[in-house]
Amino acid sequence: MSSRDKILAAVKANQISHAELPDLEVLNTLTATSENLVERYKTIGSAGGSFVYEVADYDAIKSILQKEFIPGVKIICGVPQLHEYTNVDDVKHELSHSFADVELCILASNLGVAENGALWLTEEQMTVRVLPFIAQHLAIVISQKNLVPTMAQAYQTIGDARYGYGAFISGPSKTADIEQSLVIGAHGPRSLSVFILP
Amino acid sequence: MSSTATKDHAELAAIFNRDEPRVDWHDETLWWVRAKRDIAAHKLPEWELLRETASQIKNNVLSNLSTYLEQFEANAIKNGVTVHWAADAEEHNQIVHKLLSERGINRMVKSKSMLTEECHLNEFLAQRGFDVIDSDLGERIVQLAGEPPSHIVLPCIHKKKEEIGDIFHEHLGSAKGESDPKILTETARQHLREVFLTRRAALTGVNFAIAETGEFVICTNEGNADMGAHLAEIHIASMGMEKIIPERKHLGVFLRLLTRSATGQPITTYSSHFAKPQDGKEIHIVIVDNGRSIQLGREDFRNSLKCIRCGACMNTCPVYRKSGGHSYHTAVAGPIGSILAPNLDMKKYADLPFASTLCGSCSNVCPVKIDIHDQLYKWRQVIVKAGYTPTAKTIAMKGMAFTLASPTLYRAAGKMGRLTFKYAPFAVNNGANPWYKHREMPKAPEQSFGEWYAKRKEQKK
Repeated sequence: MSSRDKILAAVKANQISHAELPDLEVLNTLTATSENLVERYKTIGSAGGSFVYEVADYDAIKSILQKEFIPGVKIICGVPQLHEYTNVDDVKHELSHSFADVELCILASNLGVAENGALWLTEEQMTVRVLPFIAQHLAIVISQKNLVPTMAQAYQTIGDARYGYGAFISGPSKTADIEQSLVIGAHGPRSLSVFILP
Repeated sequence: MSSTATKDHAELAAIFNRDEPRVDWHDETLWWVRAKRDIAAHKLPEWELLRETASQIKNNVLSNLSTYLEQFEANAIKNGVTVHWAADAEEHNQIVHKLLSERGINRMVKSKSMLTEECHLNEFLAQRGFDVIDSDLGERIVQLAGEPPSHIVLPCIHKKKEEIGDIFHEHLGSAKGESDPKILTETARQHLREVFLTRRAALTGVNFAIAETGEFVICTNEGNADMGAHLAEIHIASMGMEKIIPERKHLGVFLRLLTRSATGQPITTYSSHFAKPQDGKEIHIVIVDNGRSIQLGREDFRNSLKCIRCGACMNTCPVYRKSGGHSYHTAVAGPIGSILAPNLDMKKYADLPFASTLCGSCSNVCPVKIDIHDQLYKWRQVIVKAGYTPTAKTIAMKGMAFTLASPTLYRAAGKMGRLTFKYAPFAVNNGANPWYKHREMPKAPEQSFGEWYAKRKEQKK
């Protein structure tokens, strides 16, 4: 008998009781208030170390990025409306390792969570999985229409979507492993800028 | 335990307790983390409902685990992932070893996986000439120090920044005497970035595996699991089989509980969902039993398999905070480790269920409502019945039972005790008395209740 069959047989023999799955309806609706989602997102996102900007349009994003990043640094962008930067589709054939010198990566998200500042990105929006991790800085653009109150509504929105890879990203890479002192910039981006469009 | 060569919890705690200011610092740091957990939990009016729901989902998982495991396997295979099954630690290590050898790989980067600590994978691979580097900052620190993690979420919570500075100076070339956490973290970032970029294999743990979709989720704040996995050719994910949850939507319950319970954050920085390998790359999942199917059959203890490894029970435990993670001499320390370890080796870990005051704080903070302190109490009974208690304790207990069974003996012993306390307290208030080691001896009363009653009756006559 293979280990697989042995393990499954042992588990089957030992799982004695029966328990129903709970109903999630109350949790899904209890805090499903859509009031002040942008304000709530901004408060939580900032507390988590993100720079959160409410912007009127893509031009406003550009002018902020121009101020924050000196010209000439390597910027890879997955947002078609910001066409002055190298588009990720043009470099996606390159080896993941070649993105080690990316200074800024700009991506779009279609789902943000007010209770924890998390933004959902799938491989489709990243194009290259390692990009939002390997870049020195990360910027994510989201429309305020795409904010939901809690993770319960976030997974309702995701539903049964198919993806190869997806991640909730809620801030810059960080650690508190040395004496519980919070340090921003562990292995991934040293900053996360979130641009909330109308 | 007295017959085994290894030190037990009390002996190891005594070593930790030699440095009192450090014990206070350790205690306060963990209590601070516990306080952050409370603030985060109290912000959600539905917190108790979340705990109850999570507990019920896990009960359902434990009643249908074989079905969910098969469903998970089938869906993972459909996603292009290879699934392996390991009955024990040895088989797990052999599988990883084979995957690396077959590809001619001898260096691997690893993100946090308590399961590989449980299986002693690093030692297994090192003995065979493989180089494994832990990439979680805390784990890297303890790895360089040659120690195991002392906490499942905060691996080097027992180390001071000055000690970490010395370790980094020796191994990573940071300036002598440098102890600024920012500078030390930057040193590790540079060192580990080079590691991520040069390793062809990455091993990660698994926080949740979803039966419905075959995907698995890994939570980190540093992004180290993703850096390793996305840059490597082969990603090996090791998971204990209890990590299964039925449906994707259940993540909406567990991800709300996990980090709030662990550190008080509303969520980790990264919650990464791996479903399919990248083009031209591989994902392998190793599903590990290693005693879990036996634990599932122990009715009093099966609930321990609901654990999502948040570490809240450690942060709140008065014994853990004052004895340090290493005193538990097992991969998972603290209250939860003390109910998991005896299942693996009842004799070796017979001391752990006794490393508790049974105050119940662990059960109160557990996000999946495991009855931890009840199980600690039940393990004590199992261990005593199985004869794994220390000889001194067994003799003392037998002596007590004998004395309590005879009124004459009981009265004589009581009198002797009171006289000793009164005229020769030094005879008991010393290190030779194991009871005194952990307690202040009480003031003895002038007379026993029996004597007082008899006298009173005499006077009334």
